[in-house]
Amino acid sequence: MIRNSASDMASKLAAGEITSVELTQAHLDRISDVDKEVHAFLHVDTQGALAQAAAVDAKRKNGEKLAPLAGVPLALKDVMAQKGIPTTCGSKILEGWRPPYDSTVVTNLKNNGIIILGKTNMDEFAMGSSTENSAYGPTHNPWDLTRIPGGSGGGSSAALAAFEAPLAIGTDTGGSIRQPAAVTGTVGVKPTYGGVSRFGLVAFSSSLDQAGPCARTVLDAALLHEAIAGHDPKDSTSINAPVPAVVHAARAGNVKRMKIGVVKELNGDGYQPGVRKRFEESLELLAAAGAEIVEVSAPNFEYALAAYYLIAPSECSSNLARFDAMRYGLRVGDVDGASAESVMNLTREVGFGREVKRRIILGTYALSSGYYDAYYGSAQKVRTLITQDFNKAFEIADVLVSPTCPTTAFKIGEKANDPLAMYLNDIATIPVNMAGIGGMSLPSGLADEDGLPVGFQIMSPVMKDERMYSVGSALEAALLSKWGAPLLSKIPALAGSK
Amino acid sequence: MTSLSRDDVAKLAGLARIEMSEEELVALSSEFTVILDAVARVQEVASADVAATSHPLPLRNVFRPDVVVPSLSPADALSGAPAQEEQRFRVPQILGEE
Repeated sequence: MIRNSASDMASKLAAGEITSVELTQAHLDRISDVDKEVHAFLHVDTQGALAQAAAVDAKRKNGEKLAPLAGVPLALKDVMAQKGIPTTCGSKILEGWRPPYDSTVVTNLKNNGIIILGKTNMDEFAMGSSTENSAYGPTHNPWDLTRIPGGSGGGSSAALAAFEAPLAIGTDTGGSIRQPAAVTGTVGVKPTYGGVSRFGLVAFSSSLDQAGPCARTVLDAALLHEAIAGHDPKDSTSINAPVPAVVHAARAGNVKRMKIGVVKELNGDGYQPGVRKRFEESLELLAAAGAEIVEVSAPNFEYALAAYYLIAPSECSSNLARFDAMRYGLRVGDVDGASAESVMNLTREVGFGREVKRRIILGTYALSSGYYDAYYGSAQKVRTLITQDFNKAFEIADVLVSPTCPTTAFKIGEKANDPLAMYLNDIATIPVNMAGIGGMSLPSGLADEDGLPVGFQIMSPVMKDERMYSVGSALEAALLSKWGAPLLSKIPALAGSK
Repeated sequence: MTSLSRDDVAKLAGLARIEMSEEELVALSSEFTVILDAVARVQEVASADVAATSHPLPLRNVFRPDVVVPSLSPADALSGAPAQEEQRFRVPQILGEE
C-alpha cells in the first residue's frame, strides 16, 4: 500500500477500500521501521496525524465533498511553520520552538485534508546541497545509505524514496527541491516565484525562496501543486492570478509540436558521463513522443553560481538578523548585567552552524559600504542578464531542459570541507531561481557507472508551469513503458528493525 | 585576488553579532579568499549599461483595507519567549547605565 502513488491512494480512499487512519498508520509504521537508517524526519506527529486522518474519514463517511488528496499523508520540510509542532529549520537556534501559527502552505494542506506526518530534516536554514549541514545530523540516501540525499530538502526526498510518505513539501532557493529529487529518483517542482505563498516559510533569501511539491510521480506533484498554490493576501509577493492548470497538463502529458530547448551551457564538461547518457536518451524519447528538440544558448548562465553566492548570502545576512534571542528561540549568556548585544553574540555563536555563519559573514561583506557595487550590485546585474537569456531562449522554445545536477549523489562527508565544490552541485538549478521561473526534476534512469538516480530538469516561463508538467508527464510515461516499472522499484530494500 | 584577513572577518562577525573563536576566524579568512575569487566573476559582465534586478517580480506596494483582523493572543505571542514578565518579553539590558 505504501508503495502506491498518492493518486492511487486517493482513489482507494475514495472507493472505500482503505481508510485514511489505516493509510496513515501504515506510513507511521514504516517510519518507525526504517527511519533509524534514513533519518528523514526530525519530528513525527503520530497523534496529530492520526487525529487528522480520523477527521477526514468521518467527513467521508458523512458524504462530505472532499479534495482530491484528502486522507493522503505528507512529510513537511521543517522550514514551514506548523502551529504547535516543533519547527527548527535544522538549526539549534530554533530547537524547541513551536510556532503559534500555521504557514499558508500548512493551512492549504489542512483545508485539503492532507495528513501531515511530521517534519523533515534539512540543511540548516536551507543552506546546503547535502543535508549534512543539519544541526541534528545528516539524512541518508535510501539508494545507498553512505550517500547524501541532496539538500537542502534531503529529508523530504529521502522520505519519498524510502516509502515513508507519498508526498512531501520542499522549498527551493537554488535547487533545494530539484537536486534532492534528482539524487533520490523522485519528482520535485519549484513553481514560478510567487505561485505558492511564502507566509510562514522561514526566510533564507526572500527574492529566491519558493515552496513546492515533492512526490514520486509527475501527476502526484501536480495534484499537490494545485492544493498548495494560489494567491495569498498575507504574502505581498504572491501572484494574484489563477493557478496554472498543472493537473490537466500532467494527465494529458502531450508534447506534440512542443519545442524543447536544450541549454547548451548546462551540459558537457563537468557533467558525469552517466548523467549525460540518460539525458540524451530522454531527449530521444521526447522527440519520439512528437516534440521538436532545438538547441538554445544562455551565455550568462556561467555567471549564475557566482551571482547566487552573493545574492543569497546578502539576503540571508539580513533575514537571519531576526534570530536575536529576544522573542523566541535560543538565548545564551543572559546573566545579571549582560548586555543585549553580548547575549545576541553568544546566542548566535552557539545557535548557528558553520555554513550559516559563513554565509552571514559573506553577505555582510557583500553589502558593506565600499564593496556593495562590486559584489551585490554586480550580482544584481548578472541577474538581469540571466533573465534576458531566458527570455530569448523562450522565444525559440516552449520549455528548456538540462540535466538537474552534474553528478549523482556523492558520499556523505566527501565535500564537507570544500564549500566551493559543494556549491557547484547547484550549477544547473540556480538560473531558474534567479529569473523566478518554474523548474522540475524527474528521474531519467540510473547512471551506468554507479547505478544511482539521474535527474532530468525542465524549465518553463513565468506562470506557464503547466508546460513543465506536460513534458514531465510525457517523458515519465515513455520511460515507464521502456522500464516496465517505476525507477523506485529498483531501490535496494532497507534493513528495517524487524 | 581579494582576501579577507583574520581582523576583517572579526570586524564582520561583530557587525553580524556573532561571537567567533580564534580558530573560526582564521579558518573563515582562508575560505573567503577562495570564495571571493569565485564570486568576483560577476564583475566580468556587470557593465554600467546593465540594469540591476533585485527581485523576479515587478514589485509594487500592496495595500489592504485598514480593518481589524484576528491576531495572536498575548499568550500565543509570548509562547516562545526565552523570558517573560508581566505579559511582556523580558530582554537583557539594551542601554548602558547613565
